[in-house]
Amino acid sequence: MRANSRTVGIAIVSVAAAIVFAAPALAPRPIDARFPGALNAPPTVPHVRDDDGAWHAPFIYPWTLANRLEQRYEQDRSVRVPLAWFENGHVVQSSDETRAPLLWLGTDTYGRDVFSRLVFGARVSLGLALAAALGSMIIGALVGGVAGYAGGITDDVLMRLTDFVMVLPGMYVALALRAVLPLVLPAEVVFALLAVIFAVVGAPFIARGVRAIVRSERTLDYAVAAEALGASPARLLIRHLLPSTRGFMAVEITLLVPAFIVAEATLSYVGLGFPDPTASWGTMLRDASNIRAFADFPWLLSPAVAMFVVVLGLNLAVQNQRAHGTIL
Amino acid sequence: MIAYVVRRALVAVLLVFAVSSASLVLTRLAPGDFVTESLGTHASREAMERMRERYGLNKSIAQQYRDWLAAAVRLDFGYSLQYDRPVRELIPERAANTAILAVTALGLATVIGLPLGVLSGSRRSGALAALVRAASVVLLSMPPLLTSLFLVFVAARTGWFPIGGMSSAAVTGGGALLDLVHHLVVPAAAVGLPLAAMLERLQAQATTDVIGEPFVLATLARGVPYSRVVWRDALKPALRPVASVYGLIVGTLLSGSFAVEVITAWPGLGKLMLDALRARDVFLVAGCAGTGAIFLAFGTLFSDLILGLVDPRARE
Repeated sequence: MRANSRTVGIAIVSVAAAIVFAAPALAPRPIDARFPGALNAPPTVPHVRDDDGAWHAPFIYPWTLANRLEQRYEQDRSVRVPLAWFENGHVVQSSDETRAPLLWLGTDTYGRDVFSRLVFGARVSLGLALAAALGSMIIGALVGGVAGYAGGITDDVLMRLTDFVMVLPGMYVALALRAVLPLVLPAEVVFALLAVIFAVVGAPFIARGVRAIVRSERTLDYAVAAEALGASPARLLIRHLLPSTRGFMAVEITLLVPAFIVAEATLSYVGLGFPDPTASWGTMLRDASNIRAFADFPWLLSPAVAMFVVVLGLNLAVQNQRAHGTIL
Repeated sequence: MIAYVVRRALVAVLLVFAVSSASLVLTRLAPGDFVTESLGTHASREAMERMRERYGLNKSIAQQYRDWLAAAVRLDFGYSLQYDRPVRELIPERAANTAILAVTALGLATVIGLPLGVLSGSRRSGALAALVRAASVVLLSMPPLLTSLFLVFVAARTGWFPIGGMSSAAVTGGGALLDLVHHLVVPAAAVGLPLAAMLERLQAQATTDVIGEPFVLATLARGVPYSRVVWRDALKPALRPVASVYGLIVGTLLSGSFAVEVITAWPGLGKLMLDALRARDVFLVAGCAGTGAIFLAFGTLFSDLILGLVDPRARE
């Protein structure tokens, strides 16, 4: 049971990673391509049998607008649009992209393809979470390592500081730090900014563990021997002591990544994340934040499902029984 | 004990002071102020200057901070620029709403999480324990942001629960409380269910650990039924590690309720602070942050007391 669920988790994470790398090939079109005639259009489902019962290679029926006001669509069953495989550098597209686009997950309120945005958004959301987790690791290793190595007053001050940051509600800290900077910034700047903020908020969890490990490792023979041989404090710390925290770090990162994915989504959802038309899972959810999305256009909520699947995959892969998920 | 409480209270005052000061100064340092955010870029220079003078925004940061501090000592926390009302009047209602949400969610999480944790932790096999375990793993991967979206989705589809807000306009009198509870279900479940999963996992782990101890074996050997050992003798030692987490949960609770407040339009502190931050409403930001710190201080104090109840060693 345990081994099976672990395999499932690893499979999910691998698929997510593959999607991130293959995004330009998987997405039928760029994130800002609009279909003005198809706002909030539902997904096009590939068929293999037509109404007469004849079999065909996979094809789709194009949507025709049945009611502009209610944005209700009907399938035009008279036209079969075959799918085009491995053409123009895309894995699969419709053979008539302009008039009958292939929409795996429908379109959003601006007529943009949700699937393409989801796939490219994975790069932004997952990339940011990973970058921030690595940042946390670096800050945490530095603070925890110095505190554990130096001891005394340095240790006290640094640990009080991490305790302080740890007890603050992370979401509020991130919110306040983000909100004091200009509200509208270019996407790359937002990426760097959020990565730094999340890294700072997440670092105390790593710093604490690193400090404990470094403190106990310091007294072991190999560390004492290195010191006696004249290794400088920096060398002792970086070459000998910090490598012993590897296992701890690996687990911590898998706890922080889900927390950061959700934190990005929350900040973007409230309008303090990425600007339009950047696609991240959070900005996509913001576009879905109206009652009609819940009632009539459920495909707009697909980023939430994607987020759940990735976080579940990570948790299963490391057999995580705890959650940092709500810390941020 | 009294000395301990006094010391904790002093630390709490310091925390509140530091947090609200920091947020005031940070908001003032931010580019743009309330005037530019509310008048826009097309306003005339004179109009902007007049408005700045009226709200005291033309003073230097140091001067403004001194004034604010002097007033805050007299429990006057300044004026919200956005609502044109004293901060002291605005915050209590919103803070109470957040407290209602947080306390309900924590209660829900405790009532659901702990018993299920004992159950799944004391049974190695069995369909029920496996089901609880699976549900927990799923919920652990659904932080409040996702649970609230999911629950709002369900509410919108089925119409069982209202999808947002805190009360219906039409209901008054005796039905009002019922109406509040009806509105509370979705947000409280959204904050509480992930927490319940976390508590369940912790309690299960702790229960399994305690059951492995020699005193449990000794009790069983004396012929005490297994269920009685699990639910009575092993319960108290197993509660200790869980109780120590409650202190950290308070921050989690506030963070989690922020996302939920925004999504379910629950008029709480998080939503107020978000609006204040966007409008650069400096005094309101400081007030909200300070109130959050008060919650935090009370929460940690409360959790320390609980820990003292189940673990005598922590009373020192």
